[in-house]
Amino acid sequence: MPTNAVIKLADIHKIYRTGEVDVHAVRGVSLDIQPGEFVAIMGSSGSGKSTLMNMIGCLDRPTNGNYFLDGLDVSTLDRDARAKIRNDKIGFVFQGFNLLSRTTALENVEMPMLYNHQRVPAHEQKERAQKSLELVGLAQRADHKPNQLSGGQQQRVAIARALVNQPSLLLADEPTGNLDSQTSIEIMGVFQKLNDAGITIIMVTHELDVARYTKRMIILRDGKIVTDENVADRLNAEHELKNLKLAQEAVKLA
Amino acid sequence: MKFFAPFKLAGRALRRNKMRSLLTMLGVIIGVGSVIASVSITTGATKQVEDKVASLGQNIVTVFSGNFSSGGMRGGWGSAPTLTVEDSRAIKNEVANVVAVSPEVRDRAQILANGLNWNTQILGESPDYPQIRDWDIASGGMFTEGDVRGLSKVAIIGKTVVDQLFINDDPIGQTLIVRNIPFKVVGVLESKGFNLFGQDQDDVVVIPYTSHMRRITSRNFVNSIMVQAASKDTINQVQADINTLLLDRHKSAEPDFTVRSQLELMQMATSTSRIMSVLLGAIASVSLIVGGIGIMNIMLVSVTERTREIGIRMAVGARGRDILIQFLIEAVTLSAFGGILGIALGMGAAKITSHFTGWPTLTPFAWIGIACISSAAIGIVSGFYPAWKASRLDPIEALRYE
Ligand SMILES: Nc1ncnc2c1ncn2[C@@H]1O[C@H](COP(=O)(O)OP(=O)(O)O)[C@@H](O)[C@H]1O
Ligand SMILES: [Mg+2]
Repeated sequence: MPTNAVIKLADIHKIYRTGEVDVHAVRGVSLDIQPGEFVAIMGSSGSGKSTLMNMIGCLDRPTNGNYFLDGLDVSTLDRDARAKIRNDKIGFVFQGFNLLSRTTALENVEMPMLYNHQRVPAHEQKERAQKSLELVGLAQRADHKPNQLSGGQQQRVAIARALVNQPSLLLADEPTGNLDSQTSIEIMGVFQKLNDAGITIIMVTHELDVARYTKRMIILRDGKIVTDENVADRLNAEHELKNLKLAQEAVKLA
Repeated sequence: MKFFAPFKLAGRALRRNKMRSLLTMLGVIIGVGSVIASVSITTGATKQVEDKVASLGQNIVTVFSGNFSSGGMRGGWGSAPTLTVEDSRAIKNEVANVVAVSPEVRDRAQILANGLNWNTQILGESPDYPQIRDWDIASGGMFTEGDVRGLSKVAIIGKTVVDQLFINDDPIGQTLIVRNIPFKVVGVLESKGFNLFGQDQDDVVVIPYTSHMRRITSRNFVNSIMVQAASKDTINQVQADINTLLLDRHKSAEPDFTVRSQLELMQMATSTSRIMSVLLGAIASVSLIVGGIGIMNIMLVSVTERTREIGIRMAVGARGRDILIQFLIEAVTLSAFGGILGIALGMGAAKITSHFTGWPTLTPFAWIGIACISSAAIGIVSGFYPAWKASRLDPIEALRYE
């Protein structure tokens, strides 16, 4: 299927066969995502957002349908092949940050390079990890451990880790779910900056406020796409942060 | 994954939980420690026995009068009147690969010199005796074939006899009285120490066997015949040929003599310690297996505790085999490190035992190697199942694990 779409989903289904009842979590999703897009996947709890993301992230395989990543059909690949794809092409950011505790930020960011097929020399690993941390504005915290960092900072480390292998795709499942609103905006600022630099981002969220920082909004209900539209009144994180600061100062003055 | 990376990961994981790592290793430490300690002690004992047997001389075959392998011992080793000087002569002349022969006559007597007296062993031997026993003369010289023929009253004496009777002066040329007969001391033997049975080998007076048989004990039979074979490889042939020759000469249906080689003596003497080492080895292997089970147990716990970490690693691209190797190397690092500590502990324990009991101990290099390899093997065997379990985890489930 030769298109230049990064992601092409063709009638994807996912059925969980556990116990007595089958759970039909995703029911026929077709979707094209072009390079440079910034997509929010929304929907209520249980609508199949995570299930869809896991398949897009090659953590899981669709029960039915085809999935083309960079033109390659990955829906039938085995465990090892999917691990290689995740390592090469996909960066993950999770709601719970999922950093290794008692391991410094820098080491956390280096970690994906341990599993690269082409051996990266130790000094280059360090360089690349450091650069990645710079990209998310955390260069000074490289030798801090997760428990010495705030939630927002931890999420930045996770983003740096996701970027370190220069993936074609950044996937984030509720990246702001554990953060307060100001920190959420900061993280969205990081995403917008990365997206401006050309990285394709797909993000799951159930907060409309957060989705408004993206370019395209997809809404799922019961495992089906019910809405797929461009974000009309897109917010700019930098601008919003400035407004927020002004508002805070106004409160202090009052 | 790079070659060294898993070792770094393993080291980090184990350092994180130092106390637990140490306790996990304890099983292997004790197992390997007890193997090394017991092997060191039994090897030391075996070596000591071997040295004693070797101090009998080189490539020795001994013919004893009487038969002590068949039932009904007739008066004990070397006491039956069956071996003669002619037998020894025949052995020397007719058996191939014999380089030296000495008929031996034994007696104990009170001896006098310098107005002092001492009870000691009087041996009658041929001039070959020092060569057979690999026993150097410290001063003076050995009596000769001529002394044997002439029933000379000459003697060479051991270090203990010198210490007892010739405290201040050179014994060479002095007179020694055995059963009222004066013997002239012509040589002094080097000190040889205690033998296998704890007897002082230096407490001895050696005179020509003819002088012994005619002048001291007046008898026609010898107690035993010591024969030296040309080499280690010919010992068995010499032993067999002596047996055939003497059976023929004595014309008896049942042998009235016993031929023992140094090799057999070595085997008899070391059989006890060999059985001991097999027993100790068995006990030690059981403790090693217990150590392995301990490692497996902790590795299973560790895999469960670190399910999330495994999920994260898989999400960023670790394959099942990367995870497998990581945990396997952790297990092997634990057991190998335990093994090294165990070797140190075992050698230390052997040294302490040696210090307090005076037993000689010796740790063979081969066993250090065996201990290293088997502790690493224990790590692989006991770590494999937990590591395999970890590698089979589903990344999504693992990430969701609380
Ligand atoms: N591993 C699983 N086994 C069985 N059912 C599952 C599994 N994962 C998700 N589901 C079910 O699939 C549906 C979609 O879940 P999910 O994709 O997690 O939704 P969302 O992320 O939108 O909240 C839910 O009904 C959920 O219970
Ligand atoms: Mg979800």
